Amino acid sequence: MEIARKFKNQFSNVPMFGWLLGFLAAVLVEFFLGYDYISLVLGLPKIPVLFGTLVILKNPIMIPSIIAYDIIVYIIPILIVTKFTVSMTNKIATALEKTPIWLSTIIHLALFYGIMHLWAGINDYRILVIKLTMVSIILTISINVINGYQGEFSCSHPGFMAVGAYVSSILTLLLFVNDKMFGTALLPSALGPWLFPFILIIGGFAAALSSLLVAIPSFRTRGDYLAIISLAFMFIVKSAIENMDFIGGARGMSSQPDYASLPVIFCWTILTIWIVHNFVTSIMGKALNAVRDDEAASESMTVKTKKTKIIAFMFGAFWAGIAGGLFAHVLRFINPGTFSIQRLAEILAMVYFGGLNSIVGSIVGAVSISVLGEALRPLELFKWIIIPLILIFVMIYRPYGLISFKEINVKKLFRSKNK
Amino acid sequence: MEALLNVNKMTHYFGGLRAVHNYNLEIKPQQITGLIGPNGAGKTTIFNLITGVHTPTEGTIELQGENIVGLATNEIAAKGLGRTFQNLALWRHMNVLEHIKMAHYSQLTYGLIGSFFNTPACRKQEAEVEENSYRLLELFDIKQHADQLVTNLPYGAQRRVEMARAMATNPKILFLDEPTAGMTPDELVQMIKIIRQVHEDFKVAIFLIEHRMKFVMELCQYIQTLVFGELIAEGPPEDIQNNPKVIEAYLGKEDLT
Repeated sequence: MEIARKFKNQFSNVPMFGWLLGFLAAVLVEFFLGYDYISLVLGLPKIPVLFGTLVILKNPIMIPSIIAYDIIVYIIPILIVTKFTVSMTNKIATALEKTPIWLSTIIHLALFYGIMHLWAGINDYRILVIKLTMVSIILTISINVINGYQGEFSCSHPGFMAVGAYVSSILTLLLFVNDKMFGTALLPSALGPWLFPFILIIGGFAAALSSLLVAIPSFRTRGDYLAIISLAFMFIVKSAIENMDFIGGARGMSSQPDYASLPVIFCWTILTIWIVHNFVTSIMGKALNAVRDDEAASESMTVKTKKTKIIAFMFGAFWAGIAGGLFAHVLRFINPGTFSIQRLAEILAMVYFGGLNSIVGSIVGAVSISVLGEALRPLELFKWIIIPLILIFVMIYRPYGLISFKEINVKKLFRSKNK
Repeated sequence: MEALLNVNKMTHYFGGLRAVHNYNLEIKPQQITGLIGPNGAGKTTIFNLITGVHTPTEGTIELQGENIVGLATNEIAAKGLGRTFQNLALWRHMNVLEHIKMAHYSQLTYGLIGSFFNTPACRKQEAEVEENSYRLLELFDIKQHADQLVTNLPYGAQRRVEMARAMATNPKILFLDEPTAGMTPDELVQMIKIIRQVHEDFKVAIFLIEHRMKFVMELCQYIQTLVFGELIAEGPPEDIQNNPKVIEAYLGKEDLT
């Protein structure tokens, strides 16, 4: 304990910029030395993808090498660089504090993206994991608007996601791809990546419209009853798609163009975080909390409760639709089975694990459950014993999730830590 | 002076039960009106009928000459009827400042798009609302609690938050539903002071339900007595105090035989 505290004290004056620099160093070490020297010397067959968790579970003999690899590649460079550049990074952070907040945010995000790009570039599997994790972040934030901020227990999220995924897939296949389902492309495929954002937005709006089916019953019911209605909505969407043969029915749709690249998804994730953050910190967005905590009081305080509920559902569903569209273009294959009860369990696990009423919580929840899910993949069935167990412990010790009722404070996050 | 609020022959049935019968009310600007009556007389029902929670079966309600029967509660509130609740109705996950800011909802014009993209108009209005909220917090002496959750405040302070919140909606008439319920004598005296102050500073009319005679007699200029949904007496405090019907309703009939 004493050592841990000392250790923490040593690094408490490192600003966010310093940590990013440290991670950059670690990633550069891995990029240039990872395969040729470090993993070869340690006797690893290749660079450990997710910090070696997969290898550990498959082949326990490798554990010492994996630990050594993680220490050499990640921990040592990060600690050395952050420690030795601390005076410089604090100066930079102080300088950035004087610039407008959006500029310093963009600089930090650009640096973060660069690091992530380098790290992911080493391996295709990493790219896929990061893409799916970011899609999960968008999904978790969007369900947090309904289940956290608005406080309804809605189970219809896979349905909204399916609507978004199908609408955007149909549009891209129809417009930009020659395939057997919709015939020749209507527009030159060079336009595709540029029009992709609009297609995603159309998918989002379609999902938002479909959410009215759940939003309107929510005027009169709450809690368990609304959960049942929303669950019904999810199954209706699923079986409706299964019975529509012109979009593939139960077989699904494939060969979506590869428009959802890493930077595209990253931009959408940041956009989601930014807009949802703006909304939930404004008085308009706080109205969601007011309606959740006491509807009668909100009405008497001039809050339009019905409008607020509709906004919450449509807004949440819109981002779920966007996430669905991105998801379809990451996997480049969707079928109705993808948007079923298992997906619902995953989304709910992420939002309740991470924390209700908090964007940071959603990010933490989405990242930890997605990465945990990937890392525990070798355990196969046991994965579904371990993750629920973790969830149960979170529910016992932190009933609202790990980080709940907290909003991001960008200024505080990036400030310098001079002593 | 012309009346702010006019309620005429209002009657309301809950199923077969007649909760309110032929109720009339006239509130003049800056008048403090009290509504008293034994438990179950229908006082809170009258509040709910006027503020639009229920729609009266018969009768008219006019706010400054405009009919408000059938409007949604939030619309009526935005027209200038602020209220507090008998059992505190606060938002338990929100802090005190957010409560006061929330009550400015109907005064915001930046719209959804403004809040999504945090436009200059949105920032400007939110800043104005925040300034006004701090002013109200100061007036009600709860500024020191601004960033605390309401559930952590003492009872008296919670009551004051509720009052401040009602005042933030910019009401013409303030409806107080048992403002001193569950208060100690000290807090009661403080409450009288606050209500007087609100009355003077904001020049609002006040309509209140209360059980404590001392409180009602001290504050109100006009008192109505309600028994089983019907008015049995109304007038200035002195008249009510000595009215045999009121004494009968509260204390029972004197048996002389």
